[in-house]
Amino acid sequence: MSEVLHPSILLFTGALVLALLRGRLQQGWMLLVAAALIWLVFSLPAGVHGSTEFLGIELSPMRVDALSLVFASVFAIITLVGAIYALHVKDTTQHVAALGYAGSALGAVFAGDLLTLYMFWELMVFTSVWLIWRRRTPVSMAAGFRYLLVHALGGVVLLAGIILYYLDTGTVRFAEIENTGPAFYLILFGFLLNAAVPPLNAWLADAYPESTVTGAIFLSALTTKTAVYTLIRGFPGTELLVWLGVVMALWGVIYAALANDIRRLLAYHIISQVGYMVAGVGMGTIMALNGSASHAFTHIFYKALLFMGAGAVIHMTGRAKLTELGGIYRYMPATFLLYMIGAFSIAAFPLFSGFVSKTMVVEAAALDQRAWVWLLLSLTAAGTFLSTGLKLPWFTFFGPDRGLRPQEAPFNMLLAMGIAAFFCVFIGIYPQWLYAMMPATVDYQAYTSGHILWELQLLLFTGVGFFVLLKYVGAEPRISIDTDWIYRKAMPAMAGSIHRVGGGAWQAALAAVNRKLAAVVSTVSAHHGPRGILARTSPTGSMVLWVAILLAASLLIYYL
Amino acid sequence: MDLGRLLQAMVERGTALRRTMYVVLAGLVIADILVPSKYDRFPWESIGGFGAFYGLISCVLIVVVAKSLGYLLVYRSEDYYDE
Repeated sequence: MSEVLHPSILLFTGALVLALLRGRLQQGWMLLVAAALIWLVFSLPAGVHGSTEFLGIELSPMRVDALSLVFASVFAIITLVGAIYALHVKDTTQHVAALGYAGSALGAVFAGDLLTLYMFWELMVFTSVWLIWRRRTPVSMAAGFRYLLVHALGGVVLLAGIILYYLDTGTVRFAEIENTGPAFYLILFGFLLNAAVPPLNAWLADAYPESTVTGAIFLSALTTKTAVYTLIRGFPGTELLVWLGVVMALWGVIYAALANDIRRLLAYHIISQVGYMVAGVGMGTIMALNGSASHAFTHIFYKALLFMGAGAVIHMTGRAKLTELGGIYRYMPATFLLYMIGAFSIAAFPLFSGFVSKTMVVEAAALDQRAWVWLLLSLTAAGTFLSTGLKLPWFTFFGPDRGLRPQEAPFNMLLAMGIAAFFCVFIGIYPQWLYAMMPATVDYQAYTSGHILWELQLLLFTGVGFFVLLKYVGAEPRISIDTDWIYRKAMPAMAGSIHRVGGGAWQAALAAVNRKLAAVVSTVSAHHGPRGILARTSPTGSMVLWVAILLAASLLIYYL
Repeated sequence: MDLGRLLQAMVERGTALRRTMYVVLAGLVIADILVPSKYDRFPWESIGGFGAFYGLISCVLIVVVAKSLGYLLVYRSEDYYDE
């Protein structure tokens, strides 16, 4: 290897040692590893390190450049935040899985070739699934298995694409993917599945709300954003992605408006927000790509903060449904206020982080004169505030008092939320810090009177709409079926009906064949059976008689 | 500082808060009409108060479309997948 330590190796080793430790020692070690990770990532020298040749294929497991560093640095910070949030959890498996998952995501982001990328891509699945299973409920076990199966499909398709791509181009270097036919689309399919682009989105909204309270923080940050990174790297300017992104943004908004489970609502708003990033990749201009990368960066902080707020409510009340929550703002005021910082950030209020990144994607659409994209993404912004900034907090913290008297969340949870909230506000006030990290020079001014007035009007009048429609916007104690209906209901039902119909037909066919066979058997037995004419035994006497008759006949013939 | 009590005091002054919001909303629209827009990529960018209009109809549209889809197509009982 090289003189530079690969962050994944740090995390994998850290996870192995963590598995041997218990109690305070384990807590301290986890924080130490996460802090060392931040230091390591921020001190990595640019360049390609530790390249090696394997079966004649050049592998570069560590490519450090501006784009990979954007994602790696936010992954590193959120790993520390997630570790602090999970500090009270006494479950070694979960902590090992979380560090391993972060290590895999970092490995994918630093991968300079498609084979290394594929390896870490699969590792992400096998480490992250434990964050779902360790909830230890039958529902989470089943959701975890579905998560595993869907990603197994995505992984196989990705691998097929990579092999074809190697055969087409003779290289596995991971740069912009050339459109050579099937390989291009297979790789794109693999990436889109992890980005949760409809109709490949259901695994996310199915599994994330069933994960552990603390595991959801890592899940919300890593898988989809790794996919956004690979899309920026591999498919900039792919026109199809513009519309997939817009559909995705609206899809998430619609389902979030129907959701009752608070973390399912937030999960749908991951899908919605990643829609902005995917659309930005599709537009492919410098402004759009910078917008996608910076939106991924700010998204990780505010989405983690929202999930931490929702998780704190679930942790303290044991309830996750809007129809069963309400009236707890007096008992969990710090959780509420920190959650609202996340909500203002995702909604893109001025002075909060979403404002300086989301508007960049929307601005890119304006510069490209894409009126429909611009209008629909603005509609999405209104929907985002409606669900995450109004509906969820209103019915969780205000609304009807359900007699819940929870304590405030524990200190480590509040601290983790505080750190994420700090970044939400800091980036909102000082966007230059974020812009300076971007792969291309950012030539964008977020704070103009035009942007501020537009955004404030859009969001505050969404609020007017919410309070006018308050009677109708509330959640209902129902679930909404998504595309996972296909493999959770339709396919099992189809298999069932094939079993029933096919089984009936098989029985009927067997019966028909049996009847025929029975007829044949009875005919045969009529002739050859024990009483059949051909099976009769003749006594010796009759033989003698026949011989006598034959002899008499021959004598007669001779005489004649 | 007792955050819970502070929030409770604000909730108890809900009417005053609401009136303040009305003033803010009106002020925003007036400001948008008075301040000339620097952007003219799309025709609506130079219409004062368009953001307010668009925010309001977006909200209504999303609620109506989502709920209709819910009732007509995607809502199921909570034990739908349990069988």
